[in-house]
Amino acid sequence: MDLKNTKVMAYRRENGRVGVRSHVIILPLDDLSNAACLAVEAAVKGTMALPHHYGRLQFGADLELHFRTLIGLGCNPNVAGVIVIGIEPEWTKVITDGIAKTGKPVYGFSIEQHGDHNTICEASRKAKELVQYATEQQRVECSINELWVSCKCGESDTTSGIAANPTVGNAFDKLYENGNTLFFGETSEITGGEHLVAQRCRTPEIAKQFMDMWNEYNDFIIANKTNDLSDSQPTKGNILGGLTTIEEKALGNIQKIGKKCMVDGCLDYAEAPTHPGLWFMNSSSAAAEMVTLVAAAGAVVHFFPTGQGNVIGNPIVPVIKISANPRTIRTMSEHIDVNVNPLMRREMNLDQAGDLLLEMMVRTANGRFTSAEALGHREIVMTKLYRSA
Amino acid sequence: MSVQFLVHQDGDSVGVITVEGIKAGQELEGWVMKEDYTIKFKVLDDIPIGHKVALKDLNVGDTVIKYGVDIGKVVAPIKKGEHLHVHNVKTKRW
Repeated sequence: MDLKNTKVMAYRRENGRVGVRSHVIILPLDDLSNAACLAVEAAVKGTMALPHHYGRLQFGADLELHFRTLIGLGCNPNVAGVIVIGIEPEWTKVITDGIAKTGKPVYGFSIEQHGDHNTICEASRKAKELVQYATEQQRVECSINELWVSCKCGESDTTSGIAANPTVGNAFDKLYENGNTLFFGETSEITGGEHLVAQRCRTPEIAKQFMDMWNEYNDFIIANKTNDLSDSQPTKGNILGGLTTIEEKALGNIQKIGKKCMVDGCLDYAEAPTHPGLWFMNSSSAAAEMVTLVAAAGAVVHFFPTGQGNVIGNPIVPVIKISANPRTIRTMSEHIDVNVNPLMRREMNLDQAGDLLLEMMVRTANGRFTSAEALGHREIVMTKLYRSA
Repeated sequence: MSVQFLVHQDGDSVGVITVEGIKAGQELEGWVMKEDYTIKFKVLDDIPIGHKVALKDLNVGDTVIKYGVDIGKVVAPIKKGEHLHVHNVKTKRW
């Protein structure tokens, strides 16, 4: 596929970044504000609430991550405008100030001294204005290398390592050469292949940073485990699909970074990259947590290979599902966007499979709904580092 | 032409069944992907799609190789052609 000469029709935001959707989101600061956000969503067509469970009494690095994640979701170029609702005004303002730096419209509302009714009423008036603003934005011609693309697999099985993940790897190799900004992560699910990822880091300093992140995560698992984790990692679904150990799962997982890409840097949870290249993000291996973190870091399209059929989506980032498992493709066809089973039948080569995924990426960027979007999957999970104070 | 199992590369201890309904005693054709050649092989167990078959006899304590890399240790003896999974192989990590 000629990535250099293919264009996408997408939204260029006030700060120059390119988005492929034009969402108006109603973002709660905290769990208490979910009800008001959902009420605004119900009152104003074309808005989307992003309810979550945290935001109270957090402190230190955990609070910073909470703020970084919410600000990042608001800043994501797939979002045209944002309403933030919090229980009190000060932390609400932290979020609106962070998002306002992109230049996009954002309005904050707080519930104390107003109550849900007045807050919902005031926020709905602004949300309606934002929908009219967002629906007037025009798609313009953009280069493919302006898209930030992330990957994470889920409910993997052995077909993921054979075909679906190498397909992502082939697409990543091509996007890397094209100058795109790319993400991978899943720190714990690299266990067994961490030495191979370290060898792919561009400099010894990046390799050390990667190994420090991996070691810290692995030490945490070992400190808290009560058995060999065979009830959790691999998951029950992974095991039903034929994966036996974390090492086997990891070796399949890292097929997603292809054969040629180099790791150009490491990112903390939800941290945005500073230049094009392939970035490792320290992250949970649970699907919704990881995709939420890369969405907050600015990814606008996500590649999600699955073996047994993980159904995840994300509210603001289109999640493209790739599978090679013939049983999953037969029994869960409504969830699969790209079928690479012919790779396992030797009826397609990896170069063709990678192009098939890139063609779907372009169609998705141009506006085609992914299966997860059409089915209404909007999973969002905030990563929490530790207990609240 | 289509095959019923795949092997990532030469030297791997296991192949992966890629079709549904494989029964004990079936003679299968497999593709060694990296070196790109096919082999014939008889399975001794019913093996579900996506699950692994041992390509050689393995003893307790042996290392299982897939992708040319260590994927765990054998905890119960496995004969060539048998189903290799969580009942006879465990992680070395956790």
